[in-house]
Amino acid sequence: MSFIDVSNVWLRYDDAVVLERLNARVAQGEFITIVGTSGCGKTSFLRMLLGVEQPSKGDIRIDGAPLRDEPDADRGIVFQRYSVFPHLTALENLLVVRELEQAPLLGRLFGKARAAAQEEARAMLRKVGLEHAAERYPHQLSGGMQQRLAIAQALLKRPKVLLLDEPFGALDPGIRADMHELILDIWRDTRLNIFMVTHDLREGFYLGTRLWVFDKVRNDPQAPNAYGSHITYDIPVGQTEHSLYKRIDRDLTVTRQAQGL
Amino acid sequence: MKRIINIKPDHTTRFLLGALPFVVLLLVYLFASDARLALNPDDKLMPAFSDFGAAIQRMVFEPSARTGEYLFWGDTWASLQRLFLGVGVSALVGLLVGLFNGAVPLARAHLAPIVTVWSLIPPMAILPILFIIFGLGELSKVMLIALGITPFIIRDLQNKALELPAEQLIKAQTLGASSWQVIMRVVLPQIMPRLIEAVRLSLGAAWLFLIAAEAIAAQDGLGYRIFLVRRYLDMDVILPYVAWITLLAFLTDWLLRRLSLAFYPWFHSNGGGRT
Repeated sequence: MSFIDVSNVWLRYDDAVVLERLNARVAQGEFITIVGTSGCGKTSFLRMLLGVEQPSKGDIRIDGAPLRDEPDADRGIVFQRYSVFPHLTALENLLVVRELEQAPLLGRLFGKARAAAQEEARAMLRKVGLEHAAERYPHQLSGGMQQRLAIAQALLKRPKVLLLDEPFGALDPGIRADMHELILDIWRDTRLNIFMVTHDLREGFYLGTRLWVFDKVRNDPQAPNAYGSHITYDIPVGQTEHSLYKRIDRDLTVTRQAQGL
Repeated sequence: MKRIINIKPDHTTRFLLGALPFVVLLLVYLFASDARLALNPDDKLMPAFSDFGAAIQRMVFEPSARTGEYLFWGDTWASLQRLFLGVGVSALVGLLVGLFNGAVPLARAHLAPIVTVWSLIPPMAILPILFIIFGLGELSKVMLIALGITPFIIRDLQNKALELPAEQLIKAQTLGASSWQVIMRVVLPQIMPRLIEAVRLSLGAAWLFLIAAEAIAAQDGLGYRIFLVRRYLDMDVILPYVAWITLLAFLTDWLLRRLSLAFYPWFHSNGGGRT
């Protein structure tokens, strides 16, 4: 039995089909990277998993149950930007996870409960290499450190699925490599289901266990919005050859050119 | 030669440049006043500085011969009370309504249209109504200030709440936050420094409404005094009063800014609240 079931999902806006005929089964613990050209609907798909967008047709199930149509604690998210709270220090950004959990009315903890939550938050900061920055506000952290914090925050809630929306898109290549290391470590430790959207094919190709390519197979030059994307490649990562990388790269380039991007 | 847009004055130059207009204004006044007084020693329009001194001595440091009160301090106290009460009520109502309008689409659909219409009513036009309903006492003056600036604060805070990145609200929900918790832990704390900003911006309007209301119907207050002594062309009282009001306004603004800097350091280094 698969953990996540995507069956015949379509996503349609007023005059445009974004996604069509999406079908996929995902087992527990898979790390899926999703690549595609801009506007191919990969982020829309992630937003459907998150619950902020609903499929026009078809449904997505997690653990047999249909997705809730709003974000909840089952699905953690890290965006490219704005993923941490600017008015809280790094430590408070993690502390708030337990405070929301245990203090439904005030959203704040005091005394022993606070000390315990603080202990846990510090341990998590240490894990992502931010213990020296506990008292700093996000604007005092570099882009990479902010993303580390965002990942730590999402992990602390122990979601069933972790969604990453181009989380390293704004980072320098060197920092990006560190972040890949971190996310792989986390995945090995927790065996979380991870979905990561990226526009960098290389990143998608070498990170994770499974690669999805979102692309349009049908393209009508007179009506560019008439057809949506679907999963054109669904391949296990690690057993792939460079020639395949080249072929996917070429396919995406063709789509990009057809769309005039 | 550097382009003029690239020349940045150093600290001293900036101070001197900034002080220059004040000095010029003062000198122009001194010369003009001297010239007028030389022609007509009884001229009341531009009193000499010695006349200001005498007026200040009379108003600030000596009890009034008629009532035995220190007029200047009585006026200041009465005006500040009205101002702070009016602004305080506005800030509170503005925060509550603005917060919920910004955070809850249902509340916004419900209240935003009427707040928009309300904000378009010129407050001075309904001052007579306030006098009729609330009488000529303190309440009508406080109400004028409150009715005048509350809609501005509501709309400003509502927009500021809407400008918070959607990512933050989604993130909070994925951490399990309820609507109430999102409002209390994510929206409210980020709106607070913006409330201070909105109050600072609306203080000018608040003073305007206060002085207008006092000019029309009051027994004391800074605005009342200015309009009272206008009958006798007492420029030696009016000008110090105007300077005092300006100083009070400046101090209030400065205090609010310090408050915001002390409590919301993240806001100011994020590029918000530069003014």
